[in-house]
Amino acid sequence: MMELAWNEDELRFRDEVRAFLDANLTDEIRAAGLLMTSVYADHERSLEWQRILHARGWAAPAWPTEYGGAGWSVTQRYIFSRERVAAGAPPVSPMGIQMCGPAIIGHGTPEQKAYFLPRMLSGEHFWCQGYSEPGAGSDLASLQMRAEDDGDHLICSGQKIWNTHADIANWGFFLVRTGKYDRPQKGITFLLIDMATPGVTVRPIISPSGEHIQNEIFLDEVRVPKSNVVGTIDDGWTVAKYLLEFERGGVAYAPELQVRLDAIEAAARQVPGDGTGTLREDAAFSRRVAEARIAISELEIYEFRAMSAEAEGKSPGASASIMKIRGTELQQLLTELGLIVAGRYGFAYQPQAGRPGGPVQFPHGDDVNGPDFAAIAPLRYLNERAGTIYAGSNEIQRNILAKLLGL
Amino acid sequence: MDFTFSDEQVQLRSSLQSYLAERNGFERRVKISRSEPGWSADLWRGLAEELGIIGAALPESVGGIGGGPVETMIIMEELGASLVLEPYFETAVVAAGLLQAGGREAELEAIVRGDARYAFAWAEPEGRYRYHHVGTRAVRDGSGWRLSGMKAVVGAAPWATHLLVSARTGGDIRDRDGISLFLVDPAACGVAMRGYPTIDGRRAADIRFDDVQVDATALVGTEGTSLSLIEKVGDVAIAALGAEALGVMRRLVQDTIDYTRQRRQFGQPISSFQALQHRMVDMFMKLELATSAVYLATLSLDADATERAKAASAAKVSVGQALRFIGQNAVQLHGGMGMTDELPVGHYFKRATVIEGELGSTDYHLARYAELSKAAA
Repeated sequence: MMELAWNEDELRFRDEVRAFLDANLTDEIRAAGLLMTSVYADHERSLEWQRILHARGWAAPAWPTEYGGAGWSVTQRYIFSRERVAAGAPPVSPMGIQMCGPAIIGHGTPEQKAYFLPRMLSGEHFWCQGYSEPGAGSDLASLQMRAEDDGDHLICSGQKIWNTHADIANWGFFLVRTGKYDRPQKGITFLLIDMATPGVTVRPIISPSGEHIQNEIFLDEVRVPKSNVVGTIDDGWTVAKYLLEFERGGVAYAPELQVRLDAIEAAARQVPGDGTGTLREDAAFSRRVAEARIAISELEIYEFRAMSAEAEGKSPGASASIMKIRGTELQQLLTELGLIVAGRYGFAYQPQAGRPGGPVQFPHGDDVNGPDFAAIAPLRYLNERAGTIYAGSNEIQRNILAKLLGL
Repeated sequence: MDFTFSDEQVQLRSSLQSYLAERNGFERRVKISRSEPGWSADLWRGLAEELGIIGAALPESVGGIGGGPVETMIIMEELGASLVLEPYFETAVVAAGLLQAGGREAELEAIVRGDARYAFAWAEPEGRYRYHHVGTRAVRDGSGWRLSGMKAVVGAAPWATHLLVSARTGGDIRDRDGISLFLVDPAACGVAMRGYPTIDGRRAADIRFDDVQVDATALVGTEGTSLSLIEKVGDVAIAALGAEALGVMRRLVQDTIDYTRQRRQFGQPISSFQALQHRMVDMFMKLELATSAVYLATLSLDADATERAKAASAAKVSVGQALRFIGQNAVQLHGGMGMTDELPVGHYFKRATVIEGELGSTDYHLARYAELSKAAA
């Protein structure tokens, strides 16, 4: 039966989450959530938050309890993520718990599960992803990183690119080429690599925002034990597909978008408009806020529908691609509203503004309302351009949808 | 009606293009931007002495070449295509425009020689895009004046040898009357300038004036009536900045076409995908139509105040929308490579973003255009 309101159990769960957030979220951790300049929060604070969640058994909302996860239903996960962003808490880094974790749970050996999963939860292992290569982006299956059989080991050589946080990660999950067959998807192996292994080199990529989030990874005859293969050799594409679907489907955009738009509106009430009142009262700006609010609320209901279908055990179908396209488009739209609020202050380049405690250096300091907001706005605008490029560009997502429509 | 450039204008463009290709290549420009001063005195000298373009649009009586808005447009477009950091816009367009109206020949001569660099300090912390939001005050002190107040995000100020400052000699904070222009030495006692880099790799500053003493000759133009001049020069500035944007967008479109032709995925250049072809065609069309809007603004600078202002606001809207579409899609079509600081595309995108928000946002100029249209009806 169609019902928009949360039921009693859901409300009870929401209150439990709220109470936990209220009791455990420190000002420093909240600052890391509020000052995010991209989809990633400050590393140290984010890990600190992960440890707090882990102590409560909530570090991995989607994992079954037998592996130390929260074992929540999709509805509970949605409620948690909504409350989390509303409280200003940072997200936990997705590469381990959201991406590699499910691959190990779904396709790993009992030994791999016993060794990696607890360390992933505790943050002792911090993960990066090694998928894309300079010649293999949208066309991921064309990847070339060589992995040669050497008895108990694979010897890996080649280059990966767009490796978020590879500079601070101590483990990475990689796709490597172990064989050549008629289909490029065959012959790919999913491999876990200790980043401290000799022959691993990480080089930074600086973003247009001036921030260092991305890296390149070079492997030069890196010896990896075959016990680190997840699934079977040459059949890593199955594991990768499973993981990619998880990466796409496991994200709800609307809760965060609502909170961000609230913050934009609050900031717009603090700055003068182009007319006689505040910016929030300007006709053009009000209209933009209303349009954004409507777009977010339709996405939110769409996400509820997808969640409800998933709870019924239906396959996600078009919804993962639709949510990715629309969610990232709206994230970008909000960064544009942020630039409008920042006005000319948004020209100032303050790459340190996103770090909690990082100095925001508008010399007039308290003379002007909202300098923190203005300092972050251009960084967000620049970094968020990546949203429509990564995790299967929005063009690729549209290709997927076109196929689903039978075109 | 004629939209062709004269031989001299074609020559001006091509000599500037080859000069900048040699002297302001991408690597060199990035290095200069990241240096402590953030600009190149050598390049500035070269523009003044070797090319003689700083006075291209200024009268021969002050050492200039006697060109007009079309020369400025050609120069600004090429400066945009090369992402020139140096303060030609602030000095030779904005400050020269204000000084010309004030009959300040000596100052103009210094500009043409390349000896003076200017910043126009008009914006205030709470003023957003309004030239008449002036809280900075100038009070008479003997034959001279004393200035106090705060100016915000003043472009190119850390590089300036001279500041032009709008200050109130009468009236209240948002009155249209009572605004005067003053020439202030940035090194004068009581001027506190805190500079910072801007996202496009240039520099700006917030400037506090604390009882700064200037003599009677510091007043540019007449007392209390400078707003209409500032607004006129503001429209001149929009036309010039719009021309710079055309140069920026030309590069973004061309780089995107080049990149998608050489980038191969799924066994073919990604430029062969129709969805991407149509995107690039839309980028190209936006550039062509924005070019028309900039021409209209440039050729309307001598029209009556309403026509001039409408054409300027129309250009700012058209250019602003084109900058956003072209800039964002250039990054998108470069994929991950659009998200590195190594390729030019990210740098052009950042300059595009600043131009879009400078001298009034798209929303601001849409409202201004609508208001002017109402008044004219």
